[in-house]
Amino acid sequence: MADALLETVSLRKEFGGLVAVDDVDFVVPAGAIVSLIGPNGAGKTTFFNMLTGVYKPTVGRVVFEGRDMTGKPPHAFTHRGIGRTFQNIRLFQNMTALENVLVGMHTRIKGNLFEAIARTPRIRREEERARGHARELLEYSGLQRKDGVVGRNLSYGDQRRLEVARALATEPKLLLLDEPTAGMNPQETAEFTSFVSRLREDRGLTVLLIEHDMRVVMGVSDRVTVLDYGEKIAEGTPSEIQKNDRVIEAYLGSAAVSLK
Amino acid sequence: MLRRANAEISALWWRLLGLGGLDRARWQRLPRLTRRATKTFAWVAIGLLLVGFLGVWKWSALPMAAVVLLLVIPRYDRVTVGGRRVGRFIIPLAVLAIAVTYPIWASSNGTVNPGLPQLPIFGTFPQMSTMVGMAVFVMMALGLNFVVGYAGLLDLGYVAFYAMGSYTAGWFASSQFAHQNLFIGAIGVTPGLTGFHFSIWLVLLMAGIATAIIGVLIGLPTLRLRGDYLAIVTLGFGEIMPQIARNGDNLFGTGFNLTNGTGGITPIDPPGFGNWLHHHVGLPANYLTLGTNSDRAFFWTALILVLLTVFVSSRLRDSRLGRAWIAIREDEVAASAMGIPLMRTKTWAYATGAFFGGVAGAYYAAYNSGAFPDQFFFNISVFILCMVILGGMGNIWGVIFGACFLEYLDLEGLNNVGAWLNGHFGPGGSDFSLWHKTLDVPLYEFGIYGVIIVVVMLFRPQGLIPSSRRAAEFEEGVHDQPLYDVEAV
Repeated sequence: MADALLETVSLRKEFGGLVAVDDVDFVVPAGAIVSLIGPNGAGKTTFFNMLTGVYKPTVGRVVFEGRDMTGKPPHAFTHRGIGRTFQNIRLFQNMTALENVLVGMHTRIKGNLFEAIARTPRIRREEERARGHARELLEYSGLQRKDGVVGRNLSYGDQRRLEVARALATEPKLLLLDEPTAGMNPQETAEFTSFVSRLREDRGLTVLLIEHDMRVVMGVSDRVTVLDYGEKIAEGTPSEIQKNDRVIEAYLGSAAVSLK
Repeated sequence: MLRRANAEISALWWRLLGLGGLDRARWQRLPRLTRRATKTFAWVAIGLLLVGFLGVWKWSALPMAAVVLLLVIPRYDRVTVGGRRVGRFIIPLAVLAIAVTYPIWASSNGTVNPGLPQLPIFGTFPQMSTMVGMAVFVMMALGLNFVVGYAGLLDLGYVAFYAMGSYTAGWFASSQFAHQNLFIGAIGVTPGLTGFHFSIWLVLLMAGIATAIIGVLIGLPTLRLRGDYLAIVTLGFGEIMPQIARNGDNLFGTGFNLTNGTGGITPIDPPGFGNWLHHHVGLPANYLTLGTNSDRAFFWTALILVLLTVFVSSRLRDSRLGRAWIAIREDEVAASAMGIPLMRTKTWAYATGAFFGGVAGAYYAAYNSGAFPDQFFFNISVFILCMVILGGMGNIWGVIFGACFLEYLDLEGLNNVGAWLNGHFGPGGSDFSLWHKTLDVPLYEFGIYGVIIVVVMLFRPQGLIPSSRRAAEFEEGVHDQPLYDVEAV
C-alpha cells in the first residue's frame, strides 16, 4: 500500500516456547483510525511493544514511513514520530502535569548540556516556547489549571488525559493508545471517543487503538484488526468485523457461531 | 507505628506546655509569624543554655544567635522586587557570606578563634583544615548526587573517580614522570626538577575531563544494567581503580611506573597564581608560602569550586537533561517511550558526576600534596553515598549538609566527642568515672556512621533535607517494574 504510515512484515515474537505474536502482516494507512482488538492474552500489547521498540521482534520487520525501524531502541521510534500511552498508566507520578508534558517534548527541544549550564538565550527561548506549548497541550487535553498538580494527585480520568497529552508532546504522526478507556465510566468513555476523532481532525494524526469497549471500537475506527492467540484472524471495516464468524468464535466460542 | 509515635510525642509536648499555662487553641490563633518567631526563640534559647552549661560560654554566642534568628524567622522566600522573586536568594547568599567570612571570624593564625563559644559535646568550631576537607567532600557528594540523586542510579564505586582525579593531579603536577620535562605555569618548582608540572588550574580541568572520560568508559558497558546489578558492577570498578593504583608501579609487567605503587605520588605542586598575577592583581603566588594562612586560601578556592558545582547542579536540574534524569529515575520504560535515549542520558549523569569527583580529587591531592592508594578504599564510596543519603538525595542543600556533617565528624568531630566523653566520664573524669580506660571514639567511626544511617533510614528515610519529589517517592514508591526483554535495552 502506497500510503501506509506503518507496516509490519510477518512480525513474530516468541517468549521461550510461547509464540505471543505469530507472523502478523499489518498496515496502518496514513490518516486512519485503526483498532486492534482481541480476547485477553491475544498478544495485542506485545504487538504494541514491538511497534514502539520496547520489544525486539524475533522475526519480521517494522516499517514506519518507508523506513525499516526493526531493532531500533524505543526513543528512536518516538523521535521518528510514534507516540504511545500505556495500558497501566505510567505517568511520572511525582512530576507535575506540566513537567510530564515537558518530558514528552524531550526530543523536540534543542540544546545540549553546556548550553543548559550557561543558559544561553537560545535555551531560554526554547524553554519558554516549550512551556507555552505544554500549557496549550494540557488545555487541549482538558487539563486546564492542572499544570502544577503532581501526577499521582490527579484523578484517574485526568491521569489518562495527561498520558495522552504527554504522548502528543512528542509530536507524533502515529499515536498508539493502549486501552485508553479502561476503567472509565460510560460518560468519560464517550468524551474520550470524540476526543480521539478530534485528534485526527485537528492534528492530522493517525491513531492505532487497543480497545475492549466495542462501542468505542465501532464508533471511531475506520478499520479493525483482530488478533487471537497471536494470529491475525480478521481485518476489515467495523461492520465486516461484527459479522465475521471467526471473530465471534474467538470472543464467544464456536457455539455462538452456530446459534447465528 | 512511627506516625503514632510522633503523635504521642506531640501530645506529650502539649501536656507539658499546658502545665505552663499555654493553651493550644490560643496558640493556633496567633499569627503564623509570631508562632514561628516564638518557636525559633525557644530553640535558640535551649541552644544557648546548652552552650552555657555543657560547653564553654563566650559572649560572642549572642551575636551568633541573633544571626540565626534573623535568618530563620522572616519568610524571605516571599520577598519580591519588581515582580521578580529575589527573596529565594537571600538565605543562600547569607549562608555563603557566613562561609566566606568563616576564616576571618573563626580562625586566627591557624587555630580556632579563642573568642568563640564551645559547643556542648562537639567542642570548638571546625579548624580551617577541616573546613577544606568539608568543602572538598561537599563537591564530591554533589557529584555523586548527579548519579544517585538525580538519575537514581546506585553507584557504589564513586571512589574510582576520586582516585582518578587525585592521580591526574599526581601525574601532571609532580616529578612522577622523570623522563619528561614540561612546565606550564608551574608553581613552587625548584630549578632542575623534572616531570610534568602544570598549573593547578589546568590540572583541575584536565582531571575533571579525564575522570569524565573514565566515567563514560565505565558507564557504557554497565549502564545497561538495572538497579542491583548496576550497583554490583560499579562496586567492582570501585575496587579495580585502587588496585590499579596500588599495583601500578610496574604496569602489566612492563616496568612502566604509572602510580608509584603503595608509596603513592608525592609531593604534588601546590596551587598558586604565579608571580605575575601576584604582583599585578595581588593574588597569592603560591599557597604554601602563605604560612599559617595558607588554609584560608585553600578554603576559599575550595569554596569557589563548590559554588561552581552548586551552580551546575541547579542549572542542570532545571534543564531538559535534568528532567530526563528525573523521568528515568521515576519510570525508565515511560521515559524511553517519551523519546529519552536511556544510555546517553544516563551516561551524561555519570560523566557529569565523574567530572566533579575528579576535580575534587585533584584539588584534595594538591591540598594534601600527594595521592596515596590507601585513600581510595571502598569505604570512601560508601561514606560519600552516606552523605547523599543522610542529607537527602536530589536536594542540593541536603547533600551539602550531609557532606559537611559527616566529613566534620570524620576529621574532627569524633575526636572532640571522644575528648569530651573521656574528660567527663573517663578515667579521672571531671564528673564521675564510668570507664577506666580512655575511650578511643574515632576507632568506632564506621560503626557510628552505621548507627546514624540506620536511625535516619528508620525515622526519616527521605533524608534530613529531602527534595519534595524524593520525599514523595519514598512515601509512594516508584513503579518501575521492568518491561524490557534483556536484548531490547
